[in-house]
Amino acid sequence: MGKKLLLANDHIPGIQSYDVYRSNGGYLSVEKALKTLKPEDIVEEVKKSGLRGRGGAGFPTGMKWSFLAKPEGVPRYLVCNADESEPGTFKDRYLMSRIPHLLVEGMITSSYALGANTSYIYIRGEYYYVAQILEKAIAEAYQNGWLGQNILGTGYNLDLHVQVGGGAYICGEETALLESLEGKRGNPRIKPPFPAIAGLYGCPTVVNNVETIAAVVPIVNDGGDSYAAIGIGKSTGTKLISASGHIKKPGVYEIEMGITVEEFIYSEAYCGGILNNKKLKAVVAGGSSVPILPADKILTTPAGEKRLMSYESLSEGGFASGTMLGSGGFIVMDEDTSIVENLYTFTRFYHHESCGQCSPCREGTAWMEKLLHKILDGHGTLADVDLLWEIQSKIEGNTICPLGDAAAWPVASAIRHFRSEFESFVSNGNAKHPIN
Amino acid sequence: MAKITIDGKTIEVADGTTILQAARMIGPDVAPPTMCYYSKLKTSGGYCRTCLVEVSKGSEKDPRPMPKLVASCRTTVMDGMEVKNNSSEKVTDARKGVVEFLLLNHPLDCPVCDQAGECHLQDLSYEHGSAKTRTDFERRNFEKINIGNYIQLHMNRCILCYRCVKVADQITDGRVHGVINRGDHAEISTYIENAIENDFSGNVIDVCPVGALTDKTFRFKSRVWFTKPENAHRDCPTCSGKVVVWKKGDDILRVTGRKDQWGEVEEFICNTCRFETKKTSDWTIEGPSPINNHSVISANHYEVFEKPQELTINQIRPLAIDQNND
Repeated sequence: MGKKLLLANDHIPGIQSYDVYRSNGGYLSVEKALKTLKPEDIVEEVKKSGLRGRGGAGFPTGMKWSFLAKPEGVPRYLVCNADESEPGTFKDRYLMSRIPHLLVEGMITSSYALGANTSYIYIRGEYYYVAQILEKAIAEAYQNGWLGQNILGTGYNLDLHVQVGGGAYICGEETALLESLEGKRGNPRIKPPFPAIAGLYGCPTVVNNVETIAAVVPIVNDGGDSYAAIGIGKSTGTKLISASGHIKKPGVYEIEMGITVEEFIYSEAYCGGILNNKKLKAVVAGGSSVPILPADKILTTPAGEKRLMSYESLSEGGFASGTMLGSGGFIVMDEDTSIVENLYTFTRFYHHESCGQCSPCREGTAWMEKLLHKILDGHGTLADVDLLWEIQSKIEGNTICPLGDAAAWPVASAIRHFRSEFESFVSNGNAKHPIN
Repeated sequence: MAKITIDGKTIEVADGTTILQAARMIGPDVAPPTMCYYSKLKTSGGYCRTCLVEVSKGSEKDPRPMPKLVASCRTTVMDGMEVKNNSSEKVTDARKGVVEFLLLNHPLDCPVCDQAGECHLQDLSYEHGSAKTRTDFERRNFEKINIGNYIQLHMNRCILCYRCVKVADQITDGRVHGVINRGDHAEISTYIENAIENDFSGNVIDVCPVGALTDKTFRFKSRVWFTKPENAHRDCPTCSGKVVVWKKGDDILRVTGRKDQWGEVEEFICNTCRFETKKTSDWTIEGPSPINNHSVISANHYEVFEKPQELTINQIRPLAIDQNND
């Protein structure tokens, strides 16, 4: 079992409450930051740590923070993206509901580093009960002087608010999130300007994932270098993986980056192997948006080496034979899984969640769903499979926000790696797996 | 100032100019088509993706090409930028895709649509689309909605360009008009079908690139190419009073704003001029409106036909004889 940074105290009974959290080393990073560090020191430590955004894109957090514009007399905001809606991803829910104070602590330390005096946690509507847990934690933090005016007598003020969203996937896109937070329809904004220049209420804003902000706590406590010592290459530190699908032990695991995919799937410490000892067929390694890979390609890289759980190793081979770490939503499929049926579920999701602003995504996602329905229903033709390929290629890269890409990639990879399954659906003339 | 090259043609423009504006300054040969961008409406553009272009060189300072195609209406120029529009296969390919997406749910009811002949989607699909459709799924279907006495909304034809939403937002007061629902269920709505009670609401018709918003005082009166557009003006207390009157014989069938070569109105006009001032005596006629040569509207009135080549007697044969020989 590797080192744990975020879930190290997960097993302690009552860690949800302030007193237990505090007596187990909680809020030390706030003390250290506010009393001994300058904001720019923290940004420097985060840069040193090599921490990359845990929401899916993997953008270096320190760099994102250093892009934040700092005009005189204009407030800056830190917004935590807790709109975790990527199918297959449930790590943030686990973290927030089990150790809510870790997020609150991370928010205080990060807000101080960015010079924000008002910060928000935007959480999806379906996580209402988690929002209540966070509200309670925040109230405790206020009571104990970690939030509010003149924190620890240092003169630093911070207010932290939880905002519950309406439950739209698109509001996980950072500019749509900001629109929604401002009380508007959650449509992604057209960039530029980026939030670092004009974000919430037109002010410079940083939007970070829950796990990213939580990771700031160990980085400040132990230093960026010690965080960077964990992991491999540019994938430093630990990563929460939400493992689901046909495995013996689904759940949230904190892994050190760089363990092999094989170990993660088959080791008793993690997934514990395939359910009923069946054969592994395919894996979606980072949430529904990333390309699906067949067993041989997920276990080994094109160079013939064992594939590792890291940003670089998973993307080795590009989209032809690789995928992405994404949000860490690790979905395992056994030999009996129908790739076409699974793809239909994903595609239906993206159709439902498309905001409808730009034409390729609005029309393309719906079209792909209809075509897949037709194929599953047994009325498809080979031309429909080619058409699906064409449609996804016309969506990818041509939309306002990444939802278009997220809808296109699963389709592309399913056809790329499992074309024969589509063909058998088409040529059998009737559906083997009728749609419920 | 920034120097920008589009399809090999270079122009120097002020900083902050968008690629699209720069391309329009160079001329119609290099200007990308637009369906949602409207220079007179703030924050318009970026939605339809027809104006996507390839930036093959970012700038003099940072010559790296941009990884994705960009919406030229929303991307500002950088000094030394090089852009490919019609000269890029990636662009023409993506644009063809966009046209297909825009037509996917469009009813193609041009034969009964008032917009036919001056429809931007018609032009776009003619120039950039494919002759065949690849979908046989049922298209979106909505009930027609009357927005007050003068405007009809036919959502089936809408391509969700958001222009009318921007008009309602920016030039009328008290917006009761927006987009509801998501994805391909999204529709323009006036919040429980409220009438837009506003002096300038009629401009949503002029900005609509398709036949989704039409003038009820003109519906089914005539095909546009059977009417003669003439510039006219009057003293109007509300707007500039500078309009185009569309005449059939001596009757004015409809009144619209004056449009420039990009199909955008020069000035927004008021509802009184547009809907209620249709007597010829109300207007001072200035003369025929300039109409783009390639528009079907010009075909009936202004195009100068070349004299047909004179046929020799041998070439003139009755059809019947040919048929007999066969």
